[in-house]
Amino acid sequence: MARTLKLRIWRGDDKTGALQDVTVEANHGEVVLDIIHRVQATQMGDLAVRWNCKAGKCGSCSMEINGKPRLACMTQISAYGEEETITITPLRAFPVIKDLVTDVSYNYKKAMEIPAMEMPAGMKPGEPRMQQVDVERSQEFRKCIECFLCQNTCHVIRDHEENKKSFAGPRFFIRIAELDMHPLDILRNRKKTAQEEHGLGFCNITKCCTEVCPEHIKITDNAIIPMKERVADEKYDPVRWLGSKIRRREEVL
Amino acid sequence: MTLEKYKYDVVVIGAGGAGLRAAVEARDAGLSVAIVCKSLFGKAHTVMAEGGAAASMGNVNDNDNWMVHFRDTMRGGKFLNHYRMAELHAKEAPDRIWELEMWGALFDRTKEGKISQRNFGGHEYPRLAHVGDRTGLELIRTMQQRIVALQQKDQRETGDAEKNLKVFAEVTITEILKENGKVAGAYGYRRESGEEILFEAPAVVIATGGVGKTFKITSNSWEGTGDGHALALKAGANLVDMEFLQFHPTGMVWPLSVKGILVTESVRGEGGILTNSLGERFMFKYIPDVFKDKYADNPEEADRWYLDQDNNRRPPELLPRDEVARAINSEVKAGRGTEHGGVFLDVSKRLSAEVIKKRLPSMWHQFYELAGVDITKEAMEVGPTCHYVMGGVEVEPDTAAAVGVDGLFAAGEVAGGMHGSNRLGGNSLTDLLVFGRRAGMGAVEYVKSHGANPASDATIQKASAKIEAPFARTGGENAYSLHQELQEITHNLVGIIRTGAELKEAIEKIADIRKRSANISVTGDRKFNPGFHLAFDLDNMLLVAESTAKSAILREESRGGHTRDDFPGMNSTWRQVNHISSFDGEKVNIKAQELPALPKELFDLFDVHELEKYMTSEEIAKGGSK
Ligand SMILES: Cc1cc2nc3c(=O)[nH]c(=O)nc-3n(C[C@H](O)[C@H](O)[C@H](O)COP(=O)(O)OP(=O)(O)OC[C@H]3O[C@@H](n4cnc5c(N)ncnc54)[C@H](O)[C@@H]3O)c2cc1C
Ligand code: SF4
Ligand code: SF4
Ligand code: FES
Repeated sequence: MARTLKLRIWRGDDKTGALQDVTVEANHGEVVLDIIHRVQATQMGDLAVRWNCKAGKCGSCSMEINGKPRLACMTQISAYGEEETITITPLRAFPVIKDLVTDVSYNYKKAMEIPAMEMPAGMKPGEPRMQQVDVERSQEFRKCIECFLCQNTCHVIRDHEENKKSFAGPRFFIRIAELDMHPLDILRNRKKTAQEEHGLGFCNITKCCTEVCPEHIKITDNAIIPMKERVADEKYDPVRWLGSKIRRREEVL
Repeated sequence: MTLEKYKYDVVVIGAGGAGLRAAVEARDAGLSVAIVCKSLFGKAHTVMAEGGAAASMGNVNDNDNWMVHFRDTMRGGKFLNHYRMAELHAKEAPDRIWELEMWGALFDRTKEGKISQRNFGGHEYPRLAHVGDRTGLELIRTMQQRIVALQQKDQRETGDAEKNLKVFAEVTITEILKENGKVAGAYGYRRESGEEILFEAPAVVIATGGVGKTFKITSNSWEGTGDGHALALKAGANLVDMEFLQFHPTGMVWPLSVKGILVTESVRGEGGILTNSLGERFMFKYIPDVFKDKYADNPEEADRWYLDQDNNRRPPELLPRDEVARAINSEVKAGRGTEHGGVFLDVSKRLSAEVIKKRLPSMWHQFYELAGVDITKEAMEVGPTCHYVMGGVEVEPDTAAAVGVDGLFAAGEVAGGMHGSNRLGGNSLTDLLVFGRRAGMGAVEYVKSHGANPASDATIQKASAKIEAPFARTGGENAYSLHQELQEITHNLVGIIRTGAELKEAIEKIADIRKRSANISVTGDRKFNPGFHLAFDLDNMLLVAESTAKSAILREESRGGHTRDDFPGMNSTWRQVNHISSFDGEKVNIKAQELPALPKELFDLFDVHELEKYMTSEEIAKGGSK
């Protein structure tokens, strides 16, 4: 049942680094995170990796496996061929701290820029009455585990550090959409500010974010597109001309 | 290296539900607050909670109220709970849930548009507010967003979002600092850089969660290393009831790599049944006498209960967790287990695929992705996993102040007393909110009446020297192997079923590992070095394990999360005893302390015949204290 697995793991820090080859035992049913832990316990005591729940619930173990942004705890090694070497690298859109750990503080800064939920004045605890169908749309977005894989994969910032200042990213577009569709939130113009302040206009609906979302949130179809459509109702749609200025998603690794 | 230094009114250690609720309370009262956590913000253990948060809102069955909830909590804990904590919890839980809703939480709804509530083990009525099976995520995200909202307010008012409320993520606290016998702050290191960090504050709230990583098979993440338990002990506080650990009856058993990962109790709440390899629905055999009038003894009645709860008794799958865990353990030991040493749990026969995916989405996903099992068609294989520690820091119920240390507070899983010998599912999430808030209030009161208490250089240097130590040694013990050794010992000797002889062996072996752990050396440098991190976590786990084993060997009865093969029955005299752990700098010492007696008005909430099953005749005759 055990097999020998060949890995290439990126090791290094914010200054230098390289891919290192390792060979390690793997058992049936194991996921990439198990293998990393075995490497850590037996060969590289100081290999840095983030994780918590080991069940796809916390969004800590995001990394790139053979160039694909994934949760290491939800990636079965059986998905890779016997002879295949699995390459494990840190998220590319964020600066490396050490090995597989990156500095994701960008995301927390963006969270801070989105105005919080605003309750109707006079609403008292216990009073809200909402139907299941009305909460479901926002509930979909509240499934987000903040793994930031969508942020990492979005071409607007993946290779364009300069766009980070004015682009909140798909994770925070769904946050805005969640509040916009929240039955109790009364803050107005969320769609408009998404466009004007949080960089929704940069998005040209490539859907790469939706593809990598481990929670299967339909980021583009259910959040981005509806917000864009309604913004477009109100003003000239800049998507088309912006789209032509931004490079297409490049092949990764 | 220059030391990073901060001054705050309150330092909260832990960014789970309890820590965040405490921080919100203290900030709302105008104090400056630092929140410190080992992981990124929003990743604390609370995020993993699945089933729900128990509060007697009475939205689904309006017979529910705080008194019914209180009774269920006491029964679940086998009457070893601190009555005042259980009372406060039952009374305040609904307000804490409604408050979350005001901060943006979106719970599942009833037809009338209220917060929906689901059934759970040990709860008489549907009581758990939930969002599918990701309630913990909703709770932590709501609290996280509330913190951000308060920071945005500070930004508007002072121009600096983080001036009075700041999250220090990926920082491990290694010591609570004391000066003149009172709390002076907290000391630790940044996980990212290994650099040291000092917080000076007159009040510290410990909200560090559980101890699961002390055990081999656990539902807890790496964070559950009992840090707060050990920090409190070392600061001179006490731990209470450390012999009581909850083994959740249903963890995954296969494949090996996911062994221990939780299968939420909601699976049973939604109608999942347990069977052994012979196809027997075995739980009917395991209904203890104290619960006979509340649980159905035949499948027909159990099935009817799902449709008519007023006229039928509940299915035995919904007995308190300790009962179900022991039952599964016995079935497997008797050779009626599955291929991988568990039993079967099946919802596919009762619910349609569509309903399963809607009510238990993350369970479906978890089994499909990690075990290749489609739970809408097949049964799951499950077995007990170490899940929750009932024991913890001894606190004053109303203020969450740690007994014996001025300026120290504790809330959430790290605090003891609330759940007695066994916690009911769903009671933790509301415990975090109720006592997180109270710890925040307690800290505010304390800071207002005491003011700053700076730490001396000598105290700071001593804390710093401890962090240096493992790097100074070479060729010493490996922290990973010592951790594995410890897990083997706790699993084999301090686990779900215990004996005096095994506990004695465990105590000796733990002492031996502790001796060797003083000689741990670390490879690599300080920068994000997990080997270095584990060296500190291990020290905490060793103290926790020692405290558990030493409390367990003294308790010569079986109750809740403590089962002694050599003392199988529950004993009313033992019910009056709490075990208090303290630390003398070398070892953990245990003393027996009298459990506070139920006051008359709470005593009178119960049928006296029920109390007779738990209490001595003298206690019954007294009829509760004044
Ligand atoms: C899989 C699973 C499912 C569960 N489901 C439910 C449920 O449905 N209902 C229910 O009521 N309960 C449930 N529980 C139990 C409940 O989730 C936990 O008891 C609860 O979340 C603990 O919260 P807490 O705030 O006390 O601590 P945690 O959420 O565990 O947070 C601890 C915090 O302390 C920090 N910390 C720890 N040590 C240090 C240190 N040395 N320095 C700095 N920071 C530190 C950590 O980084 C973390 O931020 C579940 C538990 C698990 C594991
Ligand atoms: S759809 Fe928009 S947000 Fe998503 S990856 Fe593409 S450009 Fe980025
Ligand atoms: S939206 Fe999906 S991919 Fe993006 S952070 Fe949330 S869970 Fe991750
Ligand atoms: S460890 Fe939590 S998502 Fe992978």
